Amino acid sequence: MQTHQYEALIVGGGGAGLMAALYASRGARTAVISKLYPTRSHTGTAQGGIGAALGNLEEDRPEWHAFDTVKGGDYLTDQDAALVLAEGAIEAVIELEHLGLPFDRTPEGRISQRRFGGHTSNFGGKPVRRACHSADRTGHMILQTLYQQCIKNNVTFFDEYHVVDLIRNGDAVVGVVAVNIDSGELHVFHSKAVLFATGGWGRVWEVTSNAHTLTGDGNVITYRRGVPMQDMEFFQFHPTGIYKMGILITEGVRGEGGVLLNDRGERFMEHYAPSIKDLASRDVVSRAIFLELRAGRGIKGQNYVHLDVTPETVNRYLAEAGESRRITGEYIESKLPDILDFCRTYLGVDPVKEPMPIQPTAHYGMGGIPTDLDGRAVIDAQRTPLPGLYAAGECACVSVHGANRLGTNSLTDLIVFGLRSGKHMAQYCQGTDFTPLPSNPAGEIEAELERIRHASGTRKPYELRAEMQKVMMQQVSVFRTAEGMQEAVNTIQRLQDEYRNNLVIDDHGQRFNSDLLEAWELGCLLDIAQVTTASALAREESRGAHSREDFPKRDDEQWMVHTLAYRTADGGVELNHDKPVDLSLAAKDERFKPKERVY
Amino acid sequence: MQVTMRIRRFNPEKDKKPYWGEYTLDNVEPNDRVLELLHRVKWEQDGTLSFRRSCAHGVCGSDGMRINGVNRLACKVLVNALGEGDHVKIQVEPMLGLQVLKDLIVDMEPFFEHYRSVMPYFVNNDPVPADGRERLQSAAARARFDDTTKCILCACCTTSCPSFWADGKYVGPAAIVQAHRFIFDDRDQAADERLKIMREPDGVWRCRTIFNCTSACPRDIEVTRAIGEVKMAIRRGGRGAIQETEGTEEAGGEG
Ligand SMILES: Cc1cc2nc3c(=O)[nH]c(=O)nc-3n(C[C@H](O)[C@H](O)[C@H](O)COP(=O)(O)OP(=O)(O)OC[C@H]3O[C@@H](n4cnc5c(N)ncnc54)[C@H](O)[C@@H]3O)c2cc1C
Ligand code: FES
Repeated sequence: MQTHQYEALIVGGGGAGLMAALYASRGARTAVISKLYPTRSHTGTAQGGIGAALGNLEEDRPEWHAFDTVKGGDYLTDQDAALVLAEGAIEAVIELEHLGLPFDRTPEGRISQRRFGGHTSNFGGKPVRRACHSADRTGHMILQTLYQQCIKNNVTFFDEYHVVDLIRNGDAVVGVVAVNIDSGELHVFHSKAVLFATGGWGRVWEVTSNAHTLTGDGNVITYRRGVPMQDMEFFQFHPTGIYKMGILITEGVRGEGGVLLNDRGERFMEHYAPSIKDLASRDVVSRAIFLELRAGRGIKGQNYVHLDVTPETVNRYLAEAGESRRITGEYIESKLPDILDFCRTYLGVDPVKEPMPIQPTAHYGMGGIPTDLDGRAVIDAQRTPLPGLYAAGECACVSVHGANRLGTNSLTDLIVFGLRSGKHMAQYCQGTDFTPLPSNPAGEIEAELERIRHASGTRKPYELRAEMQKVMMQQVSVFRTAEGMQEAVNTIQRLQDEYRNNLVIDDHGQRFNSDLLEAWELGCLLDIAQVTTASALAREESRGAHSREDFPKRDDEQWMVHTLAYRTADGGVELNHDKPVDLSLAAKDERFKPKERVY
Repeated sequence: MQVTMRIRRFNPEKDKKPYWGEYTLDNVEPNDRVLELLHRVKWEQDGTLSFRRSCAHGVCGSDGMRINGVNRLACKVLVNALGEGDHVKIQVEPMLGLQVLKDLIVDMEPFFEHYRSVMPYFVNNDPVPADGRERLQSAAARARFDDTTKCILCACCTTSCPSFWADGKYVGPAAIVQAHRFIFDDRDQAADERLKIMREPDGVWRCRTIFNCTSACPRDIEVTRAIGEVKMAIRRGGRGAIQETEGTEEAGGEG
């Protein structure tokens, strides 16, 4: 078994991992370990933009951005974190530009900005242009730019190494175990500090915007080694995924003036969010679509509605609203080229001429590994850090997104908190010595992988995965009830049992054994489904993306707390609800006090 | 409909040489992606089949392969683009010119080595603006290199290039596209150094203007044109002013 030694390890080469790597490598010997070539990370699929109150096109302020973030999160957002995000965003976006990121430009040559759901001026007023963008490929540009800078700065990469375990020695965090995907061999990485930046877990659900590889590995690896998962009941369904396929159609479409229409041709968001309509928060819009579908107002009675960005429709509504702006087909081509390409390729639909069929799609995990403002993992309600363990990006929960993330705030989160954790790691490594590895550090995971490789049951991973995805889509998605979730709990438990006792795979070899690694990822997905459902069942209120039909009201008396989920020795879930939400802005400013959320 | 998948197989742990495997799939929808068919073969019939994939909608660049003889992303080709009727045959092989590691997976290292050799990163050593804000760039200057910012490093272009097949030392179209993206960015200061790299024997002059790269690109980048512009910049001794280089002239005309 090969052993490597680095002071700082970054697991994951998406936006968060690469940003952290750039900063950590300035002060510590650093390596990035990634199961994908970094440029294939899902950050590259982010479309619409990165939020920062630059004020390039109209007045904007970080406090307004912080307010929108807190309100968008349905007041579960930690307010100290929201302020750090909003203030750090400006510096972070400017830094990206200095690193060469090709943003679209205003006529004055500044970074161009567009509107996005839930982003307003003046504490909940009119929609504001805050999303800095590069056509509809903002994530691609961020990922490429950061990777390029890592190349420039000679950052060390272990590409196509799949991390499968966190090594601890007593209380200390001392490294990770990874499979070299090509050779199939296990490698031990010994370190002073480890940062997880492994992204999301949308593959728990049937219809999703997420890549096949988004299986929540980092969250589960740490969970199995004693670290809690926080706020897992909050998972965002993006309102506009391509019907059946789930491929994302950015909110930028609505930012440019696109509208949602039901079978009667009604712009139904006028009823659900009279003031900002189609640009309300995602949870609000997804629920509205579900209710329209339930009322039989889907297009031709089917399970989808229309998203219309044809110039004809957009201009009609612009005129109605008394706005002077008008759009053309050409304008749409230049602002949303990839969206047009997706629709033309996968649907044979041309959005410049006809509306797109859309339905809500599983999109983003607000929860994750709990961290403080420097990316340090914290392991209890008192926010006690676990020295040497860090997390950033979608797998982390700072929590800036609370119960519902605003569009463009994830990219901001990656950059702001990726940077802060990278910096902190470098400092930490300089003041710490290596703790020795325990004996046989890869023993346990090796045994588990061998069990899967040679399992001789009857159920193939894809069958179990499909069952899980179905029950999670039906019972633990946009609307939830105790009864439905209990069914999900039972199904997941049975699937976990089959996973342990009745699994079989075909590939018993070593090299590029994706059969084996997919099966291991399925184990992660099942753990996430289990924790998500347990957390959702316990939270008897509706808040943000967590919408209980049996508890339709938000309950601030009882539930202004984060959920912490711990793994018990027998594989069960133990919940803790003692961690209060940070309300430090509300303490100084009335406007940040929790109140009913209307758009 | 029914689809027969003919897939080039090779398991380095077992096989001395590659062979063709045949798999029949029923209930295929005309708008299924080839990637979905590969998944069905892997999940339902033979879990040892190996290929790379991630995003499943043509933006991550993982699943470049030769489909019916042409380089494509498996997630971006629908069955209906490959045939009609009750029965369709689809042939899938790894990309050419890079060593096959297992089934449809090739060794990407030489590809990334070429990528790294062209200084694929932004260079500007001037102090940042005193007001702490962004560097300014006109919309026209930004548009100048827009096309080449779209590259996802899938290698479809480079592995469809006969010059690359003939000699893997040629940097290849993808690396030239990356060089172009920075050479024509007016905020960047290392255009001359990159043009020097492009002038070397394994650089841009190996391009024979065959246009395979342009037709292979899943992002619709006009690769041959970008290569032509780099050639032009070498002849001219620099990237030139923005408006000047806007015309196509004889994109890739030489050699
Ligand atoms: C289609 C789409 C559009 C979006 N648009 C926007 C937008 O416009 N604005 C916005 O703010 N947000 C957007 N988001 C959300 C945002 O893009 C993601 O939340 C964010 O990019 C996640 O970045 P990350 O760095 O945390 O993880 P990722 O970019 O997903 O990277 C994860 C990394 O971890 C590695 N990894 C995972 N598991 C392992 C393992 N076991 N071992 C080794 N490596 C591992 C992977 O190889 C990868 O490098 C969008 C999301 C989607 C899906
Ligand atoms: S899987 Fe990402 S490009 Fe095909």
